[in-house]
Amino acid sequence: MNLNNMMQLDFLSKSSNEGFARVAVAAFAAQLDPTLEEIGDVKTAVSEAVTNAIVHAYPNAIGRIRIRARLYEDNLLEIVVRDWGTGIADVEQARQPLFTTGGEERSGMGFTIMESFMDALRVRSQVGKGTTVTMKRRIAVRGGELR
Amino acid sequence: MKMIAKRTERSLTLYLSGELDHHAAKDAMAEIDRNLDAALPLRTELELSQLTFMDSSGIAVVLRLYKRMQNLGGSLRLTHVPAQALRVLRTAGIDRIVTIEEGEKKS
Ligand SMILES: Nc1ncnc2c1ncn2[C@@H]1O[C@H](COP(=O)(O)OP(=O)(O)OP(=O)(O)O)[C@@H](O)[C@H]1O
Ligand SMILES: [Mg+2]
Repeated sequence: MNLNNMMQLDFLSKSSNEGFARVAVAAFAAQLDPTLEEIGDVKTAVSEAVTNAIVHAYPNAIGRIRIRARLYEDNLLEIVVRDWGTGIADVEQARQPLFTTGGEERSGMGFTIMESFMDALRVRSQVGKGTTVTMKRRIAVRGGELR
Repeated sequence: MKMIAKRTERSLTLYLSGELDHHAAKDAMAEIDRNLDAALPLRTELELSQLTFMDSSGIAVVLRLYKRMQNLGGSLRLTHVPAQALRVLRTAGIDRIVTIEEGEKKS
């Protein structure tokens, strides 16, 4: 598949970076001419993945988070959010709706939201090594109609 | 995130503006607790017309507010919920628990 563009972003796992991270990805994706709803979906999914890295991967520390976004032919957007934190022992269980290790402040819906807001979600993780979340979304091609 | 509270009798309206993500959630919960403790409302409206973004961290905030209102024997309504937040709330099934009124605010 032809790669048309890419960007990479490295930042520290501080909650003040959450807004910055999702806006940066949204601005990169803007070249695909997405609708407001599509941009909202992408921002939400990025926010979930980045928040997970901040909250779960580095619970008592500040670590590094990397986002890579790639644009392929046919308006396909791929977003990879990576951390080098705690990792997930059982990814299948972690992806279930309502499953959380986060207590009162979390609802266990992050992966469910990523899954339903994007076309594809892949989670690879190793305990003690970190987690890589890969999401794909095809942005509809619009032929100049008024929006 | 900014929150403004208006009280009449035992009704409380909380106007939440800006972004409700993990970064803002702690402050939002603290503000909500403070206002509920002061007003002990029987009806609470969470007015979201100026909310520009919400993710799963906001779900936890809403559920906590809902539980606190249940403990007070009162009710909770979410009003003027923008499209992005509505999609998040529906995906999490919150619309089956809490009364949600969507849509733009009439001026
Ligand atoms: N990057 C990560 N590193 C380590 N553990 C993770 C990571 N992402 C997710 N997890 C684990 O997977 C669980 C489920 O994640 P999910 O995002 O679905 O829910 P949550 O973060 O617990 O709650 P919410 O996203 O609704 O606030 C988390 O509770 C955590 O145990
Ligand atoms: Mg999460």
